[in-house]
Amino acid sequence: MELKMFLLVLGLLVGISSPGRAANHGKPPDTYDHELQNQGNYTRATPSKKPFPVLSFNFEHVKVPFEISLWVLLASLMKLGFHLIPRLSSIVPESCLLIVVGLLVGGLMKVVSEVPPVLDSNVFFLYLLPPIILDAGYFLPIRQFTENLGTILMFAVVGTLWNAFFVGGLLYGVCQLEGHKLVNVDLLSCLLFGSIISAVDPVAVLAVFEEIHINELLHILVFGESLLNDAVTVVLYHLFEEYSTVGTITVMDVFLGVVCFLVVSLGGIVVGAIYGILAAFTSRFTSHTRVIEPLFVFVYSYMAYLSAEVFHLSGIMALIACGAVMRPYVEANISHKSHTTIKYFLKMWSSVSDTLIFIFLGVSTVAGPHEWNWTFVVATVIFCLVARVLGVVGLTFVINKFRIVKLTPKDQFIIAYGGLRGAIAFSLVYLLSTEHFPKRNMFLTAIITVIFFTVFVQGMTIRPLVDLLAVKKKQETKRSINEEIHTQFLDHLLTGIEDICGHYGHHHWKDKLNRFNKKYVKKCLIAGERSREPQLIAFYHKMEMKQAIELVESGGGAKLPSALPSTVSMQNIQPKKPPQDRALPQLSKAREQEIRKILRTNLQRTRQRLRSYNRHTLIADPYEDGWNEILIKRKKMMELEKKISQMNNYLTVPAPPPDSPTIARARLASDPQAWGLKSVTESIPTIKVDLASPQSPESVNVVNEFGKKGSQPKGSQLKASEEEEGGLTMKIPSPPKQRKDKTADEDNDKEPQQRLMRCLSDPGPAAEEEDEDEPFLP
Amino acid sequence: MGSTNSTLLKIPNVEVLMQETGFSPAHIIRLHDRFKALDKEGRGYLCPQDFGAIKELAMNPIGDRIIGAFFSPGKETVDFHTFVKILAHFRPVDKDRPKEPNSLEPINSRSNKLKFAFQLYDQDKDGKISRDELLKVLRAMLGMQVTEEQLESIADRTIQEADLDRDDAISFEEFRKSLEKVNIDHKMSIRFLR
Repeated sequence: MELKMFLLVLGLLVGISSPGRAANHGKPPDTYDHELQNQGNYTRATPSKKPFPVLSFNFEHVKVPFEISLWVLLASLMKLGFHLIPRLSSIVPESCLLIVVGLLVGGLMKVVSEVPPVLDSNVFFLYLLPPIILDAGYFLPIRQFTENLGTILMFAVVGTLWNAFFVGGLLYGVCQLEGHKLVNVDLLSCLLFGSIISAVDPVAVLAVFEEIHINELLHILVFGESLLNDAVTVVLYHLFEEYSTVGTITVMDVFLGVVCFLVVSLGGIVVGAIYGILAAFTSRFTSHTRVIEPLFVFVYSYMAYLSAEVFHLSGIMALIACGAVMRPYVEANISHKSHTTIKYFLKMWSSVSDTLIFIFLGVSTVAGPHEWNWTFVVATVIFCLVARVLGVVGLTFVINKFRIVKLTPKDQFIIAYGGLRGAIAFSLVYLLSTEHFPKRNMFLTAIITVIFFTVFVQGMTIRPLVDLLAVKKKQETKRSINEEIHTQFLDHLLTGIEDICGHYGHHHWKDKLNRFNKKYVKKCLIAGERSREPQLIAFYHKMEMKQAIELVESGGGAKLPSALPSTVSMQNIQPKKPPQDRALPQLSKAREQEIRKILRTNLQRTRQRLRSYNRHTLIADPYEDGWNEILIKRKKMMELEKKISQMNNYLTVPAPPPDSPTIARARLASDPQAWGLKSVTESIPTIKVDLASPQSPESVNVVNEFGKKGSQPKGSQLKASEEEEGGLTMKIPSPPKQRKDKTADEDNDKEPQQRLMRCLSDPGPAAEEEDEDEPFLP
Repeated sequence: MGSTNSTLLKIPNVEVLMQETGFSPAHIIRLHDRFKALDKEGRGYLCPQDFGAIKELAMNPIGDRIIGAFFSPGKETVDFHTFVKILAHFRPVDKDRPKEPNSLEPINSRSNKLKFAFQLYDQDKDGKISRDELLKVLRAMLGMQVTEEQLESIADRTIQEADLDRDDAISFEEFRKSLEKVNIDHKMSIRFLR
């Protein structure tokens, strides 16, 4: 049903778009209002008086944005469509489907005898590529990347060079042998072609690998390679392009090429890092203008890319460096909502870009000038495959001598098989001019064939192959706090051992970098108190927040207060338990009102009493004092018993169960006074809490309401303070102090007062609960 | 090769050492040179002050624990053999070693690496990491930047997650289990010692 509606809409769109392009047909209704305002400018009026044109049509005016929007819409609808078709997305990767759609649309346009647009290289490099790379760079897993950096660099640099020369050289040989048509393809052109086609494409790799969920090591190896080989490609491309007109290359040029490579790659990284630091520094001051925080991230990164492109440095590496450098600092500074915004915007843009690229690839195939030459094309495909396999095997042999965790043949196969080519190669060839490269159309055809081959054949078969070879898949795990603590511990241990051995190894330098980071960099770039927050604490907070949010979501209707960080730790005994069916039943509206009235009246009296407290009097009224204590302790007890009831799924709350040690260790259990003051509560006309007797669901609800009201404002208070200060600071007064102070200190007193005030003003469970679609993910 | 041979001969029981730890002669010599460099007074053994002289180690939050691990309980000195044996824990695992049925597990096996790390936590050697021991480690690593309550809640949380038999302490098996996803072979190996 959905599918049919979808196809209908699609048909309509295509129907509208083609006449739309030819202008002066049909009347798309949404341009009417717009047109009414622009009467004066258009030359429909003839000298003789015409009746006032109520409606008119002018398409030229909005043509370009209209077309762009239409394409984007088409791309997105396609993406939607694939997932509606039940089994298709599991067999065929999305990229293939999109290319097919592109082919169809291109074909359609040709039939309508329109000129299908070709993927303009400018548009590709300036608008379509950056979002994808930024998305990849910002979320790059730094730890795995740096651990495998040596391997990745080897594959990226040496591997690409090998591929380029192997393919280029052999193709030249083939051209010479072939005779007649291909003889005038000189060596440099072949090498240029080889260098363009040998680069593994990040867009294609991402598109395919994203769906197969392969283990992180392989993913980062292939993906890292596709990112870092950009520098090599840029250098080789410019080198061969420059000198292909002249026809020869000297040793000097080669040497300059090497120097150029270093400049291009390091320069790109430096430019990216500078912009990254600027972005991090800017984000330090955004605490008052939270709304534009994501903008800084995007604009600085884009500027990094453009600046690198100005100097012919590697824009991709600049973008990656910018994203990776700014991320830890920006994330410490920006609000939670900005973080979500950045994440979703990046994902959205990269997704749209990705889709558009593949569709245009399809359309360009139909449009582009082609010159088919069987030998050349077939030779290209074969040589590419062979070069890739040989390169990977050879390099792994060398690399394994230096790796601690060696690459198995299975890994090597996946790496070789995952070397997909994509739109970057296509655009680079498209940029070649036909005067210098008479055979450019042939190159274009060959590249398109290789791209199709890799994306279709390799893309479609990689998933069953991964299953067949039983390659380790990505583990969908959340890092536990144990792992975090122990890995840090082991880091320190290994650094120490390295120091004992007198060996300045990997850990030593990492430790030095961390120390430098903590001492100087963090102070500059992170606002406020969070600059001193150790990584473990940040991790712990994130985890607690995540679980708090999950708890709220799984709790269903009854919104549970979960924002007390220190007590949340007690809730996680069974973190994965499904939402319990005996979750607190909903109160009817009337009952709720009644309870609120009761609370209000009683708490009013409390407030009156509290007001008479004067912190200057040393001899405080013991009755009032006791009341404060009772209030606080009762709240704590209620929270506690609520949590226990959640966990143990029964409503009676006997003495804290001896078998759960954390509860036993909880503040209340060891506090004799909590139980002792129970008798005093009898005389106060408020809701009685008798802990020892089994309670009816309703009274528990009341208790929970009270407790909920009591603790929730605190939660929102905490959240508010988080927003302001940009960090979670634990403000909960520690219970030992509470217990021991008989003269309730100011802090304790103000808090219940504030809490009560908020109780009264709070119309119900806070409406401004953050509506997250998914838990906070770093 | 002449000088290396003579150096090797000077070290007593070097054959046994190489057998037990799996170090090559070149490594033994390198470690011997390091041992001599640390042992400034040339006594042939190391004491805690010698280790303390390594200044990077002094900055390490768990530096004193690491030093303590070299000295078996009661002993005040470390001789070359013990030195090498302890460092052997950090050799990368050699996968292509033939598995003889009766041989002992090599020192650098995953399990032994974990045991070494466990011992650094478990100072009182009762086979469990108690809450206090965990707190001590956390305090050492996080230092002054964190309040006591935060440390306690982290410690509680850690024990909750790892403690399967509810004895409020982490035994070696639980420790091992909580690290099953971490690649210990990689994490606890120093390439230098291959």
